[in-house]
Amino acid sequence: MAVIADSPPRQTTPTRFARYRDNRSVLGTLFMFPAAAILVFFLAYPLGLGVWLGLTDTTIGGTGRYIGLENFYSLAKDNVFWLSVFNTTFYTVLASVVKFAIGLYLALLLNERLPFKSVLRAIVLLPFVVPTVLSAIAFWWIYDSQFSVISWVLIKAGVIDHYIDFLGLPWNARWSTIAANIWRGIPFVSITLLAGLQTISPSLYEAAMLDGARPWQRFRYITLPMLSPIIAVVMTFSVLQTFTDFQLIYTLTRGGPINATHLMATLSFQRAITGGHLGEGAAIADAMVPFLLAAITFSYLGLQRRKWQQGGAD
Amino acid sequence: MSNMNRRDVIKAGVAATAAMTTAGIVPVQAAPTWNNKPEAGASIRVLRWKQFIQAEFDKFAEQTKQFAEKTGVKVRLDAESWEDIRPKAAVAANIGAGPDLIIGTLDDPFKFPEKLIDMTDVADYLGQKYGGWYPVAQKYGKKGKEWIAIPQGATGGTMNYRISHMKAAGFEKFPTNLPDYLKLCQALKKNGTPPGFALGHATGDANGWCQWLLWAHGGKVVNEKNEVVLDSPETVAALDYAKQLAETYIAGVASWNDSNNNKAFLAGEISLTYNGISIWTVGKNSTDPKQNEIANDMDHAPMPIGPVGKPTEQQNVLVAYGYKYSKYPKAVKEYIRYMWEKEQYDAWEVASNGYVAPPLPAYNDNPVWTSDPKITPFRDCLKRCLDNGYAGDLGYASAGVMGDFVVVDMFAEACLGQQSPKDAAKRAADRAKRYYNV
Repeated sequence: MAVIADSPPRQTTPTRFARYRDNRSVLGTLFMFPAAAILVFFLAYPLGLGVWLGLTDTTIGGTGRYIGLENFYSLAKDNVFWLSVFNTTFYTVLASVVKFAIGLYLALLLNERLPFKSVLRAIVLLPFVVPTVLSAIAFWWIYDSQFSVISWVLIKAGVIDHYIDFLGLPWNARWSTIAANIWRGIPFVSITLLAGLQTISPSLYEAAMLDGARPWQRFRYITLPMLSPIIAVVMTFSVLQTFTDFQLIYTLTRGGPINATHLMATLSFQRAITGGHLGEGAAIADAMVPFLLAAITFSYLGLQRRKWQQGGAD
Repeated sequence: MSNMNRRDVIKAGVAATAAMTTAGIVPVQAAPTWNNKPEAGASIRVLRWKQFIQAEFDKFAEQTKQFAEKTGVKVRLDAESWEDIRPKAAVAANIGAGPDLIIGTLDDPFKFPEKLIDMTDVADYLGQKYGGWYPVAQKYGKKGKEWIAIPQGATGGTMNYRISHMKAAGFEKFPTNLPDYLKLCQALKKNGTPPGFALGHATGDANGWCQWLLWAHGGKVVNEKNEVVLDSPETVAALDYAKQLAETYIAGVASWNDSNNNKAFLAGEISLTYNGISIWTVGKNSTDPKQNEIANDMDHAPMPIGPVGKPTEQQNVLVAYGYKYSKYPKAVKEYIRYMWEKEQYDAWEVASNGYVAPPLPAYNDNPVWTSDPKITPFRDCLKRCLDNGYAGDLGYASAGVMGDFVVVDMFAEACLGQQSPKDAAKRAADRAKRYYNV
């Protein structure tokens, strides 16, 4: 049997590289690097570029020059822009409130012991599963000024005597697009809230029942507080999605009639891509950022766990 | 003749063209010289608008193949929707890479004229050989003294009307002036067979009829010096007239995009609209007898002429432009010259069944235009139209104003009673100034 003689291990001071290799904070930074690179490259860079473009007079295919805040001054005097700000705010606030109300109601219902519970839950998810453009096209037919199924049914039932002009009158168009957005957004709210409801321990309800709490009191003092972190997250996402909605409006009205349904996102696209004025389109998109930041701040505050949720005092 | 199918038209067209050429009827003038040899080993990429009629594209591809065989130039042909071509063309100009040749629409080449191949020799050759371009074609091709694009024609729009409904309204022929036209619309409404014209954000249809009506009254966005003159008595007159027209329209036109009027016409809901040849083609080829009946009962007419006393239509003009970054500019020119020669253009026109109105009047003798009298009104679209930067220059500002629906929104505001015609004109002028006063 051959014995291979090894020289005894030498005691050496670790090289500089080895020291770095074993340093936790260096390693941590190293492992964070790919994620940071992805974030910088795919999120921070486009965002920065968007902000920069908003400060230039770039046209599609042209090289722009820095013009400071001129795009914003010009937009401040543009009544179509202000109309789109109003539309966006109105659309977001109304659609989000209704989505929350109906979503919460559905979540509470689905949380009860119902027959065919899983089938019902699957059905509730349907609007969310259908691609937005497809559901938008369906709504486009439902709202058609000549072929609307709603108008047809109401006329057959003798309720009205002429077709409803859903998308042709400014306020009708606003209500109609909001209704379509609500239909699409409810599943997300209700299913997520349902998940939140299921994390609430039944023992809390049992204890409350023993204390004689009525259903409303149980909802008000157990469900709502326990659900509030989830509500904050859900509503933030819901508000963000509604605020930046594009496909629905673009398919249904392209911002018409007379810009009554133009959201900031659709106006930005129209000015930047269709009209070719990339700088101004970017400025409109930039103008959305403060609203979005406000929503994120709200979510950040909502996400903070309160002490009382862990049994402490606030 | 009107019962001919497409195949018959093709046969007749090819035969007639061949007969006419041999008999020397085609106005081939003293042939100008053309000395252009494509670069050796040239290979070019062509991007053009996406076809609505498959036979049209097939013919175009077939002719492209013939060109490749004859000249040894390799050609890759791609097609995309025109709305997608617009931003791509601009990006290609900016980054200096992309297709060698683009066949797109309207004022695109005027956004980046310095990036394009000088096509003056091609335009001069074709113009001289075939007796000149339509003035509007020249406007869409020429910047200063230089041609930066070669017009391909226009996918034209005309009045589409139901013959029986027009007659029931008391008109034997389609009106050619605005007072009669208003009377027709009012009578159609009274008979329960209303007109319907898009007032929503419909790029083709709404711009088409609104620009026409504005120009017909002498209104325009800008003057020759590119100064915004939209807020004028002529514009207000156009809006006043439009308001009366809109009262006769079927409900819901403010929500219409480019496809709503097609649906409504073929369902028999409306009896008059502004559209290309597609409603008739679809109706004729439909398996639904009701739609066949509508196609039989419909016809096309040029837009009536307003107080300015000349036609003022707005049409979707197609233009071909090559990029300076191309390594094979001579091959690009040769390709255009070959495809635009009457022999190729005629055969392609026949295949498309009159889908594209020609940019050279000499091409009007194509038998496809008279194969059915219902096609004939589309032939002279370029003769009757103004360019969409009228009366100023084409470029970013004209494209921006159209892309932002400034004129369409102005008409919609006045027609829906959201603003008085005066206020609507003023608001639109303010919007247009944002593009022109940069």
